[in-house]
Amino acid sequence: MIEIKNVDKIYETREGKFQALFDVNLTINDGDVFGIIGESGAGKSTLVRCINLLERPTNGQIIIDGQDITNFTGKQLNETRHNIGMIFQHFSLFQQQTVLKNVMYPMRIRGVDRPKAEARARELLKLVGLEGKEGRYPSELSGGQQQRVAIARALVNEPEFLLCDEATSALDSRTTIQILDLLKDINQKLGVTLVVITHALAVVEQICNRVAVIDKGVIVEQGPVADVFENPQSDAAKFLLHTGAVSSTLTVEKEA
Amino acid sequence: MDIAVFFAEYGELFFDATIATLVMTVASTFFAYIIGLPVGIAFHVTAPNGLHPMRVLNTVLGWIINIGRSIPFIILLVALIPFTRLLVGTSLGVAGAIVPLTICAAPFVARIVEQSLTECDPSLIEAAKAFGSSNVQIIVKVVLRETLPSLIRGLAITFINLFSYSAMAGAVGAGGLGDVAIRYGYQRFMPDVMLFSIILCVVLVIIFQTLGDWLARKVDHRRRA
Repeated sequence: MIEIKNVDKIYETREGKFQALFDVNLTINDGDVFGIIGESGAGKSTLVRCINLLERPTNGQIIIDGQDITNFTGKQLNETRHNIGMIFQHFSLFQQQTVLKNVMYPMRIRGVDRPKAEARARELLKLVGLEGKEGRYPSELSGGQQQRVAIARALVNEPEFLLCDEATSALDSRTTIQILDLLKDINQKLGVTLVVITHALAVVEQICNRVAVIDKGVIVEQGPVADVFENPQSDAAKFLLHTGAVSSTLTVEKEA
Repeated sequence: MDIAVFFAEYGELFFDATIATLVMTVASTFFAYIIGLPVGIAFHVTAPNGLHPMRVLNTVLGWIINIGRSIPFIILLVALIPFTRLLVGTSLGVAGAIVPLTICAAPFVARIVEQSLTECDPSLIEAAKAFGSSNVQIIVKVVLRETLPSLIRGLAITFINLFSYSAMAGAVGAGGLGDVAIRYGYQRFMPDVMLFSIILCVVLVIIFQTLGDWLARKVDHRRRA
């Protein structure tokens, strides 16, 4: 379980202070596919980076499985991070390393020996449907294949949680559906809890069971996806639903 | 003069000079990296937006690198004579030249290494952090590995610079191709020796650069434009 308690994030810039998050409170239960949706600049990327402390909250706490990790540093922080996988919008694969080496990386830095890490990496590449691509380099793969490698890499340490930061935003719609199906599978078959950051309504619709709407650094609404979508309370949620409906009509027209 | 006669006369001279030049260049490049690589990494890591910002150390390193790079080699060569004697027992010959060549190149290496390291995509460093990498792991397994092609190009530049600087080391009797060009070509008015020295230098530099480019391309697996 991930608990985010009263989290503020304030950046000190040369032009003064900028507050990206205001008193955020969220609870993500084990087994959830938890969506965090918002416009660009709403603070959703900052929020997800607070969970694994890539960004340090200015105030508040991050509690993972009952343990307050907010002030963790060094080894303790790194061990916590082994339990939280992450995938990114632009995949962030190591360009100079093979697919296999990319997937082995999170195990190797934990000190797992090479044969064991390699066996596990091959297993995961099979899981994400990339058997036979072990010796390729990321630049030789398509966007969808690269994200599959990134998913395998994020899961290699058998983490409890997987943070997905706009994981399908750089992909075309067909590939998006395939990657979302894969993520759903991972949630259901491996029991990994997913935190899905997105600006796309369709993503939440397709895989999330719960959703929080973030607007200008404030969580304006949260609950089961069906409730929020059928009966939005906040202006931001209404707006997202409206634009989401418009853009999905547009996509349908385009594809027709 | 007949070419065969020319080589019969001067072949050994050129051969020895080339070996001396290569020994000086290889040795000083090696030692310059022994010093410059860690300093360059430290400079990169301690930068304000680096992995482990340390303001004072970073400023000091920046000063050392800048001052080191601003002293002309020919002056360094002479100014370092007492230090060189202390270190290798002589300020003359190949051994005597390697010390000032190394001292001259080390700050350059530090700077060029630092510049290569900044080419690493920051999102890869973020990803490495997210997987729980230590700073040492990030530097060794991600930053150095990802920027290897650029580091190799920097190595080729350093090597060629030192190759050219080693000619000046002829001033302390180090031998080498520069020494041959000055003593025979210039002081004894032998234009053929001068010309051949130059041709040999040009050919060697082209070979080094081509090798460097080839190696840098070979280790680079990014998409090529």
